Amino acid sequence: MSQESEVRSQEKGIKDFLQLLQSRTLAEKLYLVRFKTDTESHLKVDPEKCKPCKDRDCIYICPADVYKLDEKENIVISFEACLECGTCRIACEFIDWKNPKGGYGVCYRYG
Amino acid sequence: MNDKFDCIVIGAGPAGIACAYTLAKAGLNVIVFERGEYPGSKNVSGGVLYSTILNKLIPEFWKDAPVERHVSKRRYSILSKDSEMALELSFDSFNNPSYNNSFTVLRAKFDRWFAKKAEDAGAFVLAETVVDDFIWNGDKVIGVKARREGGDIYADVVVCGEGANSLLAEKAGLKKKPTDHQMITAAKEVISLPREVIEDRFNLENDEGMTMEFFGDAVKGMIGSGFIYTNRDSFSVGIGCPIAVMKKHGMRPNDLLEAFKAHPMVKKFLRGGKTEELSAKMIPEPGYKNLPKLAAYGLLLTGDSAGFVNPSLYREGSNMAMASGVMAAETILEAKEKGDFSEAGLSGYVKRLNESFVMKDLKRYGDAPEKLSDTPELFKEYPDAILKMAEGYFTVSGLSKAEMQRVARKDFKDTISVWKFLWDMYKMRRTIV
Ligand SMILES: Cc1cc2nc3c(=O)[nH]c(=O)nc-3n(C[C@H](O)[C@H](O)[C@H](O)COP(=O)(O)OP(=O)(O)OC[C@H]3O[C@@H](n4cnc5c(N)ncnc54)[C@H](O)[C@@H]3O)c2cc1C
Ligand code: SF4
Ligand code: SF4
Repeated sequence: MSQESEVRSQEKGIKDFLQLLQSRTLAEKLYLVRFKTDTESHLKVDPEKCKPCKDRDCIYICPADVYKLDEKENIVISFEACLECGTCRIACEFIDWKNPKGGYGVCYRYG
Repeated sequence: MNDKFDCIVIGAGPAGIACAYTLAKAGLNVIVFERGEYPGSKNVSGGVLYSTILNKLIPEFWKDAPVERHVSKRRYSILSKDSEMALELSFDSFNNPSYNNSFTVLRAKFDRWFAKKAEDAGAFVLAETVVDDFIWNGDKVIGVKARREGGDIYADVVVCGEGANSLLAEKAGLKKKPTDHQMITAAKEVISLPREVIEDRFNLENDEGMTMEFFGDAVKGMIGSGFIYTNRDSFSVGIGCPIAVMKKHGMRPNDLLEAFKAHPMVKKFLRGGKTEELSAKMIPEPGYKNLPKLAAYGLLLTGDSAGFVNPSLYREGSNMAMASGVMAAETILEAKEKGDFSEAGLSGYVKRLNESFVMKDLKRYGDAPEKLSDTPELFKEYPDAILKMAEGYFTVSGLSKAEMQRVARKDFKDTISVWKFLWDMYKMRRTIV
């Protein structure tokens, strides 16, 4: 392995480690938030639009990691953890964003 | 609920409630729809509540309202990877009523209180109810479609105070969907610590509070900032960046927040604290020339949904929201007297806004984000170079002082163009303060 690629793989290792740590803390942090969960998602994507999408901004831009890829590289939406900030709607024009039912969704105790 | 109201307000945030409160006091029949379980349950700010308007509506509100601390200390700092340059300002005069009209608040508590005041004044506040659309008669707004049984509700005029995620204002054609350059996304945690610890750590007495703003490496040298605001027995810690900037750098908001919390100059303030809640919300920064159409027949746009946030160092949104809510109410009272809710009949709204601090400040500062994004050096190269130079000046070594200063200055000049630096500083002077 060249020196450069060794450094790169080390960096990647650190990055992966950090990623793991952070997504765990994010899950833990989301656990602290009060949600009243609806049975139906207020967020929808169009698989036809997602297939050719390269950037996959939804995955990065969401503060609650609501958008993820499954093994088949389809977008899955954990709408239950949505903080309703609206960022994904601005970041991607193909996301259909509706307000959750009245009283449902995130319910901040501090805000 | 088929009665017709004088006014329907969408959203129990500062804009909507200030409007409903003013109208109810004047004896109008007003209903507020709020989609959250209770007013405030969907709302997030840093947050400093600037209270000039509130203090006029409810004099000495701080005696009753759930405010956390009054802000008598402000700290601004620029971070590099491992250094900090900070300016701390303390004003003892801000410790006396009306406390410089700056209080930290937690919105889930504050908005609930404020909505109760509107109810006490006679407004009808209906929580757990989403408004999905306006009811139109030609080009006139005559009511709203609420998502509940018998949800078509009518009124002379509708005030939209739906906040930054402005689905309805866009649907009504008053504004275009904001671009990712025009919206900041902020992620925040409320972290608890015993009251005495907070007061010792931030050098506060009694109900004094402090706000801290961090630039530069706070958000990895990108355009944006981090903040810590003290509450009574907790503090709010957060970061905010334009969506386009995070997209460009492939940065996740939560990773930025965690990196900010872990910065050596930041983590010492958070020591031993316990995260109580994570929240996220957008802040609109459309720029003055991109402000939406603010009025249509039977419809007024207020607060964040209209883009009323001063994006400079003053970072004011709550008072602009309240001011616009009150001005919407005053305009409606005028329109009711004339019996004219057409766009012309409601034209007093824009006139009032133009004459007030709202439009004057938006005119002066509204385009700051755009100007700042033309000078990305402000957030990375300049802080790094300045702090490196300062480190050179203050490092104790065997060299003579003259020699060290020469090296430090040379390093500075080698990394950045001094003329561009001075010119940029000159340009920024009016932009951000
Ligand atoms: C992280 C952060 C920090 C901030 N810090 C500060 C600060 O320090 N100082 C400051 O002055 N400002 C600050 N702001 C800005 C400030 O919070 C806003 O400007 C202010 O809340 C705007 O008030 P509003 O009433 O227009 O909107 P909001 O407070 O957003 O209220 C809108 C309300 O409408 C409801 N709603 C929305 N759609 C519907 C619908 N369809 N049907 C029914 N109800 C609906 C919502 O649930 C919400 O209650 C900050 C913002 C953020 C995100
Ligand atoms: S939701 Fe938008 S950003 Fe995400 S994959 Fe689909 S098209 Fe791309
Ligand atoms: S609204 Fe915010 S929290 Fe919810 S999915 Fe979109 S980006 Fe994530």
